[in-house]
Amino acid sequence: MTEAQVWAWLDEIPDPEIPVISLVDLGVIRSVDVSNERVHVEFTPTFLGCPALEFMKRAIEDKVPGADVEVVNDDSWSTDKITAAGREKLREAGFAPPAPRLVHLQSQVHRCPYCGSTETKLENLFGPTPCRSLRYCTSCRQPFEQFKTI
Amino acid sequence: MNELLLGLADDELVIGWRDSEWTGIAPMLEEDVAFSSIAQNEIGHARAVYELLTDDADALAFDRAPGEYRCAPLVQLHLLEWAHTIARRWLYEVADEIRITALMADVPVAAKINREEAYHRMHAQMWHERLRDEPRFRDAVTELWPFALGVLLPEQRAELSSRAALDEVAAIERGTFDDSFSALLHEMTIVRRSAPAGAQW
Repeated sequence: MTEAQVWAWLDEIPDPEIPVISLVDLGVIRSVDVSNERVHVEFTPTFLGCPALEFMKRAIEDKVPGADVEVVNDDSWSTDKITAAGREKLREAGFAPPAPRLVHLQSQVHRCPYCGSTETKLENLFGPTPCRSLRYCTSCRQPFEQFKTI
Repeated sequence: MNELLLGLADDELVIGWRDSEWTGIAPMLEEDVAFSSIAQNEIGHARAVYELLTDDADALAFDRAPGEYRCAPLVQLHLLEWAHTIARRWLYEVADEIRITALMADVPVAAKINREEAYHRMHAQMWHERLRDEPRFRDAVTELWPFALGVLLPEQRAELSSRAALDEVAAIERGTFDDSFSALLHEMTIVRRSAPAGAQW
């Protein structure tokens, strides 16, 4: 078993709540180490209150035989860890990808994933999962879910 | 330090539980979603901090006697009244920001919690701006203020007083228990107490 193979497997595991992106796209796999026939995967949670965490950990264990999954509860994950491919997949599925932290902190601009307009307004800071807000696009009159920048 | 972390985790667990009491009955659908989401997040924070202290977070969260909890009296109050609920949310978030940011240098998970709390603070701030001139809300803030001071260490209280623009008064300290706390704990542990030993979820 090689590290590249493990990464490829992990890239086949969908996010349980937003299945259009994989755990690799989401940026929650911090490292993969294969040595002496042992696989060690470091996994960082997204939101601490996310009920999908246990599910993701189990999905990794099921997908990668014998993997030892270590959950690292430090501050290393932010929405900036979502890959460029992952952001594009989110947008295509109608989830506005999170603004990069630097942009978010300076401008608070939110773009509609359907028409690209920035004429959008906040409907609710909280949505169906801890990671989402609800916004409304006044240009194309479409409500959409915004991945929160954290 | 462990005493401080246990107080933090107990606060997050209990306020999460109290906030969840609005699930299904909040005055607006948006707030139903907001309180449920905030509650879920706070309980997730409690778990992350309990895990710094023990290998069995559930046991630490649920198997203590009422007198062994370290949560501040502010979070224990049973407040199914909107003005008081929002006053507590706002006071709690202002206080919590002071203590979380103080812990960030030594406790990595505090920095992660801080990122998520930013959204709770925005929610609290939005309501505070909307209600701050309403007499009912102002009275609720005045009533809860001594409780809010009790969330923090004595040396952090001047900062809270400055951020909340309220004069410091005698705090209601940790170790004080509201009459409703035992009933809350009873409710929180029903499932755990009724499950057979070794049950898996």
